[in-house]
Amino acid sequence: MFKKILIANRGEIACRVIKTARKMGISTVAIYSDADAHALHVRMADEAVHIGPPPANQSYIVIDKVMEAIRKTGAEAVHPGYGFLSENPKFAQALEREGVIFVGPPVGAIEAMGDKITSKKIAQEAGVSTVPGYMGLIGDAEEAVKISREVGYPVMIKASAGGGGKGMRIAWSDEEAREGFQSSKNEAASSFGDDRIFIEKFVTQPRHIEIQVLCDSHGNGIYLGERECSIQRRNQKVVEEAPSPFLDAATRKAMGEQAVALAKAVGYASAGTVEFIVDGQKNFYFLEMNTRLQVEHPVTELITGVDLVEQMIRVASGEPLSITQDDVKLIGWAIENRLYAEDPYRNFLPSTGRLTRYRPPAEIAAGPLLKNGKWQGEAPAGDAAVRNDTGVFEGGEISIYYDPMIAKLCTWAPTRAEAIEAMRVALDSFEVEGIGHNLPFLSAVMDHPRFVSGDITTAFIAEEYPEGFTGVTLASDDLRRIAAACAAMHRVAEIRRTRVSGRMDNHERKVGTDWVVTLQGDRHDVTIAADHDGSTVTFADGQALRVTSDWTPGASLARLDVNGETVVLKATKITGGFRIRTRGADIKVHVRTPRQAELALLMPEKLPPDTSKMLLCPMPGLIVKINVAEGDEVQEGQALCTVEAMKMENILRAERKGVVTKINAAPGDSMGVDAVIMEFE
Amino acid sequence: MKDILTELENRRKGARLGGGQARIDAQHGRGKLTARERIELLLDEGSFEEFDMFVTHRCTDFGMEKQKPAGDGVVTGWGTINGRQVYVFAQDFTVLGGSVSATHAAKICKIMDMAMQNGAPVIGINDSGGARIQEGVDSLAGYGEVFQRNIMASGVVPQISMIMGPCAGGAVYSPAMTDFIFMVKDSSYMFVTGPDVVKTVTNELVTAEELGGASTHTKKSSVADAAFENDVEALAEVRRLVDFLPLNNRQKPPVRPFFDDPERIEESLDTLIPQNPNQPYDMKELILKIADEGDFFEIQEDFAKNIITGFIRLEGRSVGVVANQPMVLAGVLDIDSARKAARFVRFCDCFDIPLLTLVDVPGFLPGTTQEYNGVIKHGAKLLFAYGEATVPKVTVITRKAYGGAYVVMASKHLRADINYAWPTSEVAVMGAKGATEIIHRADLGDPEKIAKHAKDYEDRFANPFVAAERGFIDEVIQPRSTRKRVARTFASLRNKQGQMPWKKHDNIPL
Repeated sequence: MFKKILIANRGEIACRVIKTARKMGISTVAIYSDADAHALHVRMADEAVHIGPPPANQSYIVIDKVMEAIRKTGAEAVHPGYGFLSENPKFAQALEREGVIFVGPPVGAIEAMGDKITSKKIAQEAGVSTVPGYMGLIGDAEEAVKISREVGYPVMIKASAGGGGKGMRIAWSDEEAREGFQSSKNEAASSFGDDRIFIEKFVTQPRHIEIQVLCDSHGNGIYLGERECSIQRRNQKVVEEAPSPFLDAATRKAMGEQAVALAKAVGYASAGTVEFIVDGQKNFYFLEMNTRLQVEHPVTELITGVDLVEQMIRVASGEPLSITQDDVKLIGWAIENRLYAEDPYRNFLPSTGRLTRYRPPAEIAAGPLLKNGKWQGEAPAGDAAVRNDTGVFEGGEISIYYDPMIAKLCTWAPTRAEAIEAMRVALDSFEVEGIGHNLPFLSAVMDHPRFVSGDITTAFIAEEYPEGFTGVTLASDDLRRIAAACAAMHRVAEIRRTRVSGRMDNHERKVGTDWVVTLQGDRHDVTIAADHDGSTVTFADGQALRVTSDWTPGASLARLDVNGETVVLKATKITGGFRIRTRGADIKVHVRTPRQAELALLMPEKLPPDTSKMLLCPMPGLIVKINVAEGDEVQEGQALCTVEAMKMENILRAERKGVVTKINAAPGDSMGVDAVIMEFE
Repeated sequence: MKDILTELENRRKGARLGGGQARIDAQHGRGKLTARERIELLLDEGSFEEFDMFVTHRCTDFGMEKQKPAGDGVVTGWGTINGRQVYVFAQDFTVLGGSVSATHAAKICKIMDMAMQNGAPVIGINDSGGARIQEGVDSLAGYGEVFQRNIMASGVVPQISMIMGPCAGGAVYSPAMTDFIFMVKDSSYMFVTGPDVVKTVTNELVTAEELGGASTHTKKSSVADAAFENDVEALAEVRRLVDFLPLNNRQKPPVRPFFDDPERIEESLDTLIPQNPNQPYDMKELILKIADEGDFFEIQEDFAKNIITGFIRLEGRSVGVVANQPMVLAGVLDIDSARKAARFVRFCDCFDIPLLTLVDVPGFLPGTTQEYNGVIKHGAKLLFAYGEATVPKVTVITRKAYGGAYVVMASKHLRADINYAWPTSEVAVMGAKGATEIIHRADLGDPEKIAKHAKDYEDRFANPFVAAERGFIDEVIQPRSTRKRVARTFASLRNKQGQMPWKKHDNIPL
């Protein structure tokens, strides 16, 4: 076994690999750019080598610099993680030349699978199901109809040179094929000056399901079940799970065996992933093979108990696989949610800055992984695991230079429903402040009935959130639980206030039992009966909710038990109540005495100012330049001003035509997020 | 006998109705609560003891003898806030527009006298059209009596003014002399002369809101210490403030149970200071991470943002915080920030509230605007305030502490008790670049030499150790342990006896 490996990556995956290497007694070398000098992977590694400026193309993906770091530290092997150099055959070759082991497949396999057309050809030859279609040129409409019939409807008629949906038609019948061919051809000719057309099967209700394979250099290969990655936003995976709620054992076996056949066909030796597109009838078609460790590999690890990084290292060192296909059993269910530094309320705009608070939920070891690949029997019901793969820490900086993914939160439980529930609680317990992040969106997906049902396709996000994400409106049961929790919490906080020193003896304030809770426009009149163990909150209609918690005033996270249900709230004090974040919702909850509530009703409702005619500062930054003057007429897309944030200049442009009426900032001013820079007519 | 009791109840009922239901409805229509409703929200439920409910004015001119409403436009008395005694008056706009008569003023004076004698804060709720013109000089005399009591009470009991409606003309000078002024957005304004007079005299066209609304006074004039969305929020927040304040100048600040570990370590503070010395960071993060439960009551949040002032608790005890804010103007001291902080420091010293000062200051803001407007004397206010303060003073330098501003910001030389520095701090006369250009003026033409000199200067002075060698810094501490160190240090200073030589009063450069 190797004594020292270098991890040619950063972030969570570098940390992930270091953990396994450490477990195996292998010392680790990290590489880092200027932006990562204090990064977690650097802190965790035994050694760290600086390799250049922040942009990846000047550091992490410069082969010479990585080679230099290898030479300097004497690392015997390199784990490339994912992305960066992980599928770069030149890197693998460079390592080979210097006798350094690449923890990944042979160069030939990388090359063969790196090309879409070659890989599809090889797949076909290996007996892997590929999307049926006709790659040759099609002469006329009648030929198109003939081919369409052969492929089977529906079909997609596509321009060879196509892109962006142009020159693309879906046909469900001969008639549509005939018309589609003609219009695609015309459109292709006018848009691309190239009217070549081809036809392939149109996959309906597509799901993205991939097979994890593991091969050694002794000709052994196995598959470790599948992962379903259909929840994607613009081809970026957001939620993954294993197994897929859709596959049956037969389909799984067929896909798995084809995947292994493909891997063997290219002499694969490492962990790899064969991606398929699966239609509503469980027909599956090969998409591509990723010749590296996938981001979402933890879900496979959680249900199989196999440490894929360990297996990759063992295979790379020449060991034969110690697991046979019969050893592979899929136990329970695992779900992964990717936490991105992207603001869901701002159309998932990447957010950068300092993590002023970063408290992931506590990791809980359970399930197959606990037994390190040697699980026995079924996991007990109610058992659940939480795993968080992360590369950041509280007080760390999210920079603009790299992938905005900051953590992969995984849960495992015996059933899918339990795994989802564990994920909901874990997401609610995850505290991230200082940057925008997609936790609310993830919570929303975990509560979405369609996700819960498992009836998902790759179009899930586009279909369910066509206008983007605007927040969550909680169901009335949830609101009641929150109302009860907040009433109990508020009462505790108020009692603490009465314990202040300097009060008049025998004339202390008595905290009452009747409260009015308002949230999301609803009013709940409640009575609290508190005892030593908790509070019973009774609503006007007689419903009583028992609230117990170890929450103390001022704590930012409240874990409560409300009538047996676990409720986790992020609670920030606001005047007369709390700002509560839970289950993707972000709401203000006011808890008042009946008299306070009565008087509060008299307060005018102040509408937030109409910001549609204002230019708001999108991030905290410094105004570098103002390009327009008051009275100027601006056109859509015209540059209005430049804001520098995180050393990057951001040009803010007019969203529509208008006249500048007022400019509130001058170059050199530092502006907070949402500060009004200028106003329009 | 029964008749007499009924009579009392009827009279009370009448008095409680103030100016009548129609005017109450009108008050509500403006988004404002009535005087009695405000008192209800300000005080603990059922704790209000009202005085002088049946007082009426004695004016007989201009037909005033025909309208003598009970209470005369102001509700006065005392009650408790979380069980602690406070005196309160609330002007009742529904009664003769809350105008101030001799008797109205006398009612206010009465509770102020009691507050002084019994050692409890005074909270005044202002909602008044101004002097009762029909009374003429009697009304003015009334104001004068209140003013004099504001002055006598200053530094003896905390005085808080809430502006919850109009407050114009001479009336503004009573709140002006109290410790804190809070306003309500969109429904309160205060000015010496109103928009009409302004137009006549200076031809300026300005609305009441622009001239003296909450935004003006919290952002531009600094007359107000904070503004709140509505009456309900304003009253709740004043209750929250009172929880931080002692009842009088002979009592210790309040202590309340806390649920935060005084030894809490905040590892993230180790990375608060950016690598680049010119890059800003948010000092509020440090304040929130030092404070018990992250609870911070900020004073003058919207004015002179280059300095932060407000109250936190450490181990349940009130502490006043003054901190440079590198996010705004690099945290420089200037006229506004010096005035803002000086007044806050003096308030804390009046009422025995210990002071925590967090320093990252590159110096004083240069420029003609500053000099012409007297930055010398205004800057001196903060220096003076720190130097005269005898309360426990603990200082933490996080980064820059340059020049005179270093001395001003609660340095050891101004009798600060314990001065800590983070390893990232630089205590020096100025930054390396500026210093090099002066010391090595001869080499100015040679960028290489200058760069080397600058490096030498940085190595020598851009650290806390030169100051520590001299004992100006008591200890260099890990950022992560700041809360623990500061909390323990304040604990060690609880019995501090600060002394000033006998004097009638000092002569701070006003």
